[in-house]
Amino acid sequence: MSTAEGVSLPTPGGSPASHRVHAPSALGNDFRRFWALTFTLARTEFKLRFYGSVLGYVWTLVRPLLLFGVLWIFFTKVGHVNNGKAPGEKFYGAQLLGSIVLFTFFAEATTGAVRSVVDRENLVRKIHFPRLVIPISVVLLALFNLGLNLIVVAIFALSAGVQPMLSWLELPLIVGALIAFSTGMAMLLSALFVHFRDIQPIWEVISQILFYASPVIISIQTVIAKLSSVWLHIYMLNPLAVILQQFRHAMITKATPSAGEVLGSWSALFGALAIVVAIFAVGFLVFNRAAARIAENL
Amino acid sequence: MLKVILIGINHLPERRSFQQMGLAHRTEGAVPAVASVHVPLSTTVTTIEPAPAAPPGDPASRPSAISIEGVSKTFRLPHQQYSTLKERVLHPLRSTDYDELHAVKDVTLQIAQGEFFGIVGRNGSGKSTLLKCIAGIYSVDEGRLSIAGRLSPFIELGVGFNMDLTARDNVVINAIMLGLSRRQARARFDEVIAFAELEEFIDLKLKNYSSGMLVRLAFATAIQVDAEILLIDEVLAVGDASFQQKCFEEFFRLKREGKTIVFVSHDMYSVERFCTRAMLMERGDVLQVGDPREIGRAYHKLNFGHLPHEAPREPASTGTAIADAWFQNAAGERITSASQEDALSMCFEVRFGEDLHDPVFAATLRTELGHTIVVARSDQHGGTSDSFKAGESATATFAIPNWLTSSRYTLTPSLAREGTGEDALALVEDMASILVHGNTSGGILELPVDVRIEHK
Repeated sequence: MSTAEGVSLPTPGGSPASHRVHAPSALGNDFRRFWALTFTLARTEFKLRFYGSVLGYVWTLVRPLLLFGVLWIFFTKVGHVNNGKAPGEKFYGAQLLGSIVLFTFFAEATTGAVRSVVDRENLVRKIHFPRLVIPISVVLLALFNLGLNLIVVAIFALSAGVQPMLSWLELPLIVGALIAFSTGMAMLLSALFVHFRDIQPIWEVISQILFYASPVIISIQTVIAKLSSVWLHIYMLNPLAVILQQFRHAMITKATPSAGEVLGSWSALFGALAIVVAIFAVGFLVFNRAAARIAENL
Repeated sequence: MLKVILIGINHLPERRSFQQMGLAHRTEGAVPAVASVHVPLSTTVTTIEPAPAAPPGDPASRPSAISIEGVSKTFRLPHQQYSTLKERVLHPLRSTDYDELHAVKDVTLQIAQGEFFGIVGRNGSGKSTLLKCIAGIYSVDEGRLSIAGRLSPFIELGVGFNMDLTARDNVVINAIMLGLSRRQARARFDEVIAFAELEEFIDLKLKNYSSGMLVRLAFATAIQVDAEILLIDEVLAVGDASFQQKCFEEFFRLKREGKTIVFVSHDMYSVERFCTRAMLMERGDVLQVGDPREIGRAYHKLNFGHLPHEAPREPASTGTAIADAWFQNAAGERITSASQEDALSMCFEVRFGEDLHDPVFAATLRTELGHTIVVARSDQHGGTSDSFKAGESATATFAIPNWLTSSRYTLTPSLAREGTGEDALALVEDMASILVHGNTSGGILELPVDVRIEHK
């Protein structure tokens, strides 16, 4: 009774084994599983966020809308900074809302990613899976929200009188650039946070700075008028400035210049592009290096 | 008896259909054992298809499922936690200050396909670290670790269960983590729920589940993938007896299919009952590999057999040794058996190879299973001993009332320097033994009892 099938086996004189066990990598070698995991994690988070709330998704909108409302009232009605009279300030409300929504995506994806790997400790320490799934799922979750928020922006813009334009086709490119930049930062921040816990407050400050260093509230014409050429070039090194400005130009109104026109030529945007590529590459390399030992360094 | 049960169940139609349905997805649900594409320096890896499971009953010809060769794992524990940038900037040079914890030391082991292998050991013995190394969750510092076949990526049941979601959602999420596609996960959902017998509760949130129901769900989820190697860390602590029985039946089914199961546990009963082979670990070292029952005894000895001193790592160069040990009765005669309630003394003789002041003599009485019953020490029970010169001999006698239940007991004499007496100068395990006969009331001691029953 004691060991039903428990006949003691002699130590097998094993044939050489097959494949070597490796510590978890960033990407893994099964793209389908990587994607299924990323999607599932993001979807679950999305579902859980509104679990038990009556208004559900509406709450995702409240924050950007509230920010929009405050800024709009303050800058157009109280401060008279943008009174809608200047040519670049046509459809100021739609420009402002669009920028806020795009920036919200960036902020959500990056600040959400900072703690993500550490907060998923129970998974990381107990399951062998590609580690990059975690920060990417945070970006994906933010992307779900962006998709829904962009619908609201579209409704707002159309009702404000924005005419559909051929340049709307640029949207995937603009959002793609934003995703690339956010993903790069997300990988970098989540890997660094495992070792340096003060990444979190530092990043909160930096993202605040980026908010004001991008054309969210002010129009680019004001920036052009106030800054010298050198400073304008530095301003446009910020990938968010380029992305948001191009969004305003392509999606809302041609009254505001395209990102290329701001500096006079598209080639001047090479700096911002290089920064996106560099952040993405560095973020991936740092994460990839850390991936194997994340479980034991938590 | 168990075998009969298993065969019986195997002929039940439901069970067969469960297996067949599982087979239908077998190839698609593969979880790759190697999840690395771009780790540099690992390009020498060759991938060979896992050999088919050899027919049972021919263990010698079975190929290895898991091959561990000289694997070591060391954790670096910083003296101070440098987790802020400021500290890193202020003390750039101090950052190399680490304590090293050797969690697994040079372990070599082959686990054959189809084995049900148990790893036991006390807390901190390195067994879970080793399991995590096999699972690929930790990277290995030294040595080589290879596996043949698809490995379940889980090492614990119910990982990733979210209490705010329903069973339905959790099963699907868990299945995806195990490597199934969404479609496969949904297709298998009914089987999982049927196995866990939770049909009525599929839309209940997990936080409203009892712990037994959770384990059932977790187990049913974990075994739905067709991994060839399962690694399980402490699975059977929860769940009612009938469910545990069911789990093990399921384990046996997996084993018959040629799957390999590595099972880490504190529960010696399960290990002895179900494993074909087991290993005992202590402080990162493999103490013993072999028959589960032997390992069980060794584990109990390790756990309950605390000797007052640690055995000397090498024989004392000074020549201090224990010459003899015995039990004696009240008349001072040496005995090998005794009746209950006869006075009993544990005695041993020490020959000193160096001058010693006030050494600690200790006698440890253990059962055959290795449970310690009595630890008698001269410093605690007798105050000081004396000074002894090299070449001198001394006899230590520890008289105890014989309240032992009838069984065989062993005497382990030991001698240590004065002070804490951690490391023994001399120690001989189980040097003498005695058979106690008399009543057996069922306890481990037959204490004198004064019974009084009164009308109120």
